[in-house]
Amino acid sequence: MTELRAQLSEWQAAAERVLPRWWTKALAGVLVLIGVALPFITGSQSGFLNGTIVAIAYAVMALGLNVVVGMAGLLDLGYVAFYAFGAYCAGWFGSGFFFGLHVHVGVAPTLSHAIGIHLNIVLILLAAVVICAVAGVIIGLPTLRLRGDYIAIVTLAFGEIIGVLAVNGQSIHVGGGMTLTAGNLGISAIDQPWFPGVGSFSLLDLRPWYWLIFAILLIVLFVNVRVRDSRLGRAWVALREDEVAAVSMGIPLVKTKLMAYAIGAAFGGMSGAFIGAYNTQVNAGQFQFGFSVFIVAMVVVGGIGSIWGALAGGLLLGYINNYLIPDVLNDLPSRFGLHFQLSSVSFGIFGFLLVLVMVVRPQGLFPERRRTLEMTGEVAALDAELGAEPEAGNAI
Amino acid sequence: MSTTEAPAGGTAAPTGAPILAAAGITKRFGGLTAVNNVSFDIPTRSIVSLIGPNGAGKTTFFNMLTGLIRPTEGRITFDNRNITRSRPDLITSRGMARTFQNIRLFGAMTAVENVMVGHHSRMKTGVFGAVFRPPWVGREERQTAERARELLGYVGVKKADFDRLATQLPYGDQRRVEIARALASEPKLLLLDEPTAGMNPQESAALADFMRRLRGDLDLTILLIEHDMKVVMGVSERVTVLNYGSKLAEGAPAEVRANPDVIEAYLGKEG
Repeated sequence: MTELRAQLSEWQAAAERVLPRWWTKALAGVLVLIGVALPFITGSQSGFLNGTIVAIAYAVMALGLNVVVGMAGLLDLGYVAFYAFGAYCAGWFGSGFFFGLHVHVGVAPTLSHAIGIHLNIVLILLAAVVICAVAGVIIGLPTLRLRGDYIAIVTLAFGEIIGVLAVNGQSIHVGGGMTLTAGNLGISAIDQPWFPGVGSFSLLDLRPWYWLIFAILLIVLFVNVRVRDSRLGRAWVALREDEVAAVSMGIPLVKTKLMAYAIGAAFGGMSGAFIGAYNTQVNAGQFQFGFSVFIVAMVVVGGIGSIWGALAGGLLLGYINNYLIPDVLNDLPSRFGLHFQLSSVSFGIFGFLLVLVMVVRPQGLFPERRRTLEMTGEVAALDAELGAEPEAGNAI
Repeated sequence: MSTTEAPAGGTAAPTGAPILAAAGITKRFGGLTAVNNVSFDIPTRSIVSLIGPNGAGKTTFFNMLTGLIRPTEGRITFDNRNITRSRPDLITSRGMARTFQNIRLFGAMTAVENVMVGHHSRMKTGVFGAVFRPPWVGREERQTAERARELLGYVGVKKADFDRLATQLPYGDQRRVEIARALASEPKLLLLDEPTAGMNPQESAALADFMRRLRGDLDLTILLIEHDMKVVMGVSERVTVLNYGSKLAEGAPAEVRANPDVIEAYLGKEG
């Protein structure tokens, strides 16, 4: 294993000698081009493209949660709340649900006289970002004086509260006979996104959906990388590593932590609003505790604190959940004469994967640079200790 | 109380208005009085030591000065401002920085990054600055990194160790990184909590020289908690002794050393 790692790093060093310094940027450019071109290969209606769209949406959530859990070290087990807020933004601001109102901004001409609030998808996404950032701050406030597992308990409870609120929201009247949510009935017929010159999206052609979520992913990745490599990103890591030392070095505890909650929540809200529109309905039953755990699993599998890890973990578990299990392997048990579908044991599969990762590669698929440094550094220190000749009189 | 004795080491230390004045500080944890009605001044540009047997309340006193815990009673004035109930990060941005008795470096960060964190309160980049990165943000980052390297060099960390994880450096270097991190916040008053703990006599002596140099180069005032009497007596212009949370004695090192109460507190009563 160590030999393999040494060989890999040797190859990497060789590649860095041969290739020009901008090769990482070139690689990123090529990957983006491949990403943009993907739907032309898969076709506009395949199950694979559908799986990809949802997987990317999950990856965006994983990237958001990674800010809170990975970078700032605040174990948030209620992330489903922001999925809910985001999805309800799509429902509230992009359907006829609030039937007493007539608001139309930048929507398809066919909707321009429909009842309810109809905003352009871009505005809905922005609304989701703002509402979720505020919700993130509110959920973050009571956890400020807590550490570690206690944060997990409080956020878990908040996730549950939001879930229950979504179910019972049909009894909360907001005036004019309208309610806050439609509970388990769901808010349905959410508007298809519409852009001038492009027209309305439809479920017959998934490509525009793909490009939209791909653009969201690129924005979120960009923001993530920029923030990580900034004063704010450093402050998060410092707080994560040692809160007392961090505040003594001039890092404002409340502001910095709340910023992590707000940014993480905003990404979750974006993704949630997209999924709401893509599903064309928001149903209170979607927002289960299991979903929070699912997103945490993505971050853990990818490598806690690592942006590329969260992306990889989100895509991987997203594909397994939305393509591999339901579309490809679902009949697998029946081939062995077993009478169940694979999708009914998907949580078992994820549990198994999580255990596998913990045993084989506990740092995750693409560990954070810092953790790699810590692990290799520890190995190097150990090697040095074992290899060093005990020298007398060399105390200094 | 605020009159200052002549400096001990021969180095001319200006004795202007106190940069920090603590008046009647008391801290009670439930029934335990950790610090009892201590008043204490630090003249600007002096090196002052706080000594006392283990459990005398020195670190508690330190934590109250830096805002980590709030005093039950009393008032702390720093640089002509009342900071008694202020937050630690605000106190740092006012110009007070500290190191810790048990080193508290950020484990997942390199030495340079650790020091860059120390500069946090002097930087301006917010979340939008970080995302859009206008030229001034890039400049600020570069300058901070450069300054961090300068400081690490100044405190005597080897160049090869700058980009290693701080917690993997030798113990003495970790202490140096911690001092560099504190200096990065551009303090007026530097608080060192047992900086020579775990050092051998040569290293301790070197640190004492370093503290004098530090004051000269950076125009600093230094408050020291220390057990190494050689360092304390050699470097301080004034020594305050705490025992059971109360001030036992205060004065020039020679006076304090001769004080019978101090001898009793440290060595016990004769006979």
